[in-house]
Amino acid sequence: MHNKSLKQLSDALHQGEITSVELTRHFLDRINQHNGELNAFISVTEDLAMDQAKAADERLKAKTAGPLTGIPLAHKDIFCTKGVRTSCGSKMLDPFISPYDATVVEKLNAAGMVMLGKTNMDEFAMGSSNETSFYGPVKNPWDPERVPGGSSGGSAASVAARLAPVATGTDTGGSIRQPSSLCNLTGLKPTYGRVSRYGMIAFASSLDQAGPMAANAEDAAMILNAISGFDERDSTSVDREVPDYTATLNDSLEGLRIGLPKEYFGEGLDPAIAAAIETAINQFKKLGATVKEISLPNTNLAVPTYYVVAPAECSSNLSRMDGVRFGHRAEKPKDLLDLYQRSRGEGFGDEVKRRIMVGTYALSAGYYDAYYIKAQQCRRLISDDFQQAFEEVDVIMGPTAPTTAFKLGDRTNDPVAMYLADIYTISTNLAGLPGISIPAGFADGLPAGLQIIGNYFEEARLLNVAHRYQQETDWHQQIPKAFQ
Amino acid sequence: MSLEKSDVEKIAHLARLAIDESSIPDYARDLNNILRLVEEMSAVDTDGIRPMAHPLDANQRLRDDVVSETDQRELFQSIAPKTEAGVYLVPKVIE
Repeated sequence: MHNKSLKQLSDALHQGEITSVELTRHFLDRINQHNGELNAFISVTEDLAMDQAKAADERLKAKTAGPLTGIPLAHKDIFCTKGVRTSCGSKMLDPFISPYDATVVEKLNAAGMVMLGKTNMDEFAMGSSNETSFYGPVKNPWDPERVPGGSSGGSAASVAARLAPVATGTDTGGSIRQPSSLCNLTGLKPTYGRVSRYGMIAFASSLDQAGPMAANAEDAAMILNAISGFDERDSTSVDREVPDYTATLNDSLEGLRIGLPKEYFGEGLDPAIAAAIETAINQFKKLGATVKEISLPNTNLAVPTYYVVAPAECSSNLSRMDGVRFGHRAEKPKDLLDLYQRSRGEGFGDEVKRRIMVGTYALSAGYYDAYYIKAQQCRRLISDDFQQAFEEVDVIMGPTAPTTAFKLGDRTNDPVAMYLADIYTISTNLAGLPGISIPAGFADGLPAGLQIIGNYFEEARLLNVAHRYQQETDWHQQIPKAFQ
Repeated sequence: MSLEKSDVEKIAHLARLAIDESSIPDYARDLNNILRLVEEMSAVDTDGIRPMAHPLDANQRLRDDVVSETDQRELFQSIAPKTEAGVYLVPKVIE
C-alpha cells in the first residue's frame, strides 16, 4: 500500500478497494514501527488522523470526495495546526499549541487529506542537515549514519521511508529541494507568492515558500493544485489564476530548450553527481530537448547575499518570541530585560542565535547600507542573470546539491561549510523563481538530485518536464531496502 | 573588520539574547567566519543598482480600513505563559 502513488491511492479509495481508515492505520503502523530509528516525526497525531480518516470515508461514500480525500500526509512542524503542538523544531515553541491552522493546512484539510503528524526540522528552518532540531537529528533512510538534508529533513525522511505518502515542506534557501535530493524525492519550491505563507512560521519572509515533497512529479502536482492560490491573509500572496498542474504533465518535450549554467558544474561538485546529471541531460535530449551552456555570472554572490538577507529578516521575525505571549518563558525573571534575554537565550539553539546576531549586526546603525542594502543590490544582479538566461532557454538544469548525503556530525562545527550545501538552490529563492529537485540516479548508493529551474509561475512546465523524465526512468521508484 | 568579545556582547544585547560568557569566543569566531563569507559581496560594483526587496517587485497590498478580525483574546491568551484579567503579565516596569 505504501508503494502506491497518490493517483493510485486515490483511485483505490474512490473505487472502494480500501478505506481511508485502513490506509491511515497502515501508515500509522509504519510510523510506530520505524520512527524510533529515523526520528522523522516530532508529533504523531494518531487520534486526529483516525477521526479525519473516518470523515474522509464518509465523504467517499457520499460521493463528495475530491482526488486527495482520504489520503494521509505529514506536515512539516513549521505549519500551524490548530490544537496541535507546532514547535518549529525549537525549544522556544515546544509548549506552543497553535490556536489556528495555516492556510496550507486549511486547504489540505478541506481537500479531505488526513494528517499523520508533524515532521522534524532544523530549528526555525535554519539548517541544511536537520541537526539543529531541538528534538534531535533525523536519520537518512538510505543510510542511518547520514543526514537527510534540511531544513525539511523529517518530511524528506518520512516520505523516503514511505511512512507517509507525501509531505509538506518549506524552502527559504533550498529546504525542500536539498533534502529531496539527499532522500530521492521530488520536491518543488513554487514561485514566491504562489502558495500562502499564512500560518507558516516566518524565517525570512521575502524568501520563504511552501511546497510538496513527494515520491513523483504527478503526486507533487496534485498537492500543488490544492495548496496554490491567492490568500488575502498573506500580504505577499499573488492574485493570479491557478492552472490544473496535472493537466499538462504529459505534454511533449520536443523542442524544449535546456540551459546548463557553467557555474553549477565547477569546483566543489562531486564528480559522481556530475555524471548522474549528464546521464539525465542525455535522457532529455532523447525526449526532444535541446541543450546549451549558459552563464549565471553572479552565482558566486548567492551564498554571501543570502547570509545577509536571511539572517536580517530572521532577526526581525524572531523578535516576536519574547516569553510574553506564547512559547518558552524563563523562570523568575528579575525584570523585563531579563525576561526577554533569558527566555530567548534558553529557548533558541546555537544556529538560531548565530543567525539572529548576524542579522542584528547587519541591520544595526552604521552597517545597514554596507550589508543589507548591498545584499539587496546583489540580489538584483542574481535575479537579472536568470532573466537574461530565460531569453534563450525555457528551463535551467543542474545538480540540486554539490554532494550526496553527508555523515551526521560532519559539518556541525563549521557553519560556513554547512551553508555551502545550499550553493545551487539559494539563487532561486533570492530571485523568487520556482525550482524542483527530482531523483536522477545514485552515487555510491546514495541519491543524487537533478534541479530544474523555471521562470516565474512556470510550475506546470517544471512538473511536466519532471513527469516526462519519470516516465522514462525509475530512479524515483527506488525505496531504501529496509523500508520496502 | 573583525568582531571582538565586546562587539559580540553588544550585538547579543541588541538582540535581547542571553549568551553564556564561556561561549562568547565561539560566537565571535563563527560570526567572523560568516562575515568573511559575506564580505565577498564587496568585490562587486553595485553603484546605481536598485535594491531588490521583493522577488516580483510587488508593493504591499492595501485593504479597506475596516474591522476584519473578530476578538479572539481568550483563545490567544489561553496559550500565554502568564496572564491575568485579560492582560499579559511581565515583571514590574514602573516602580
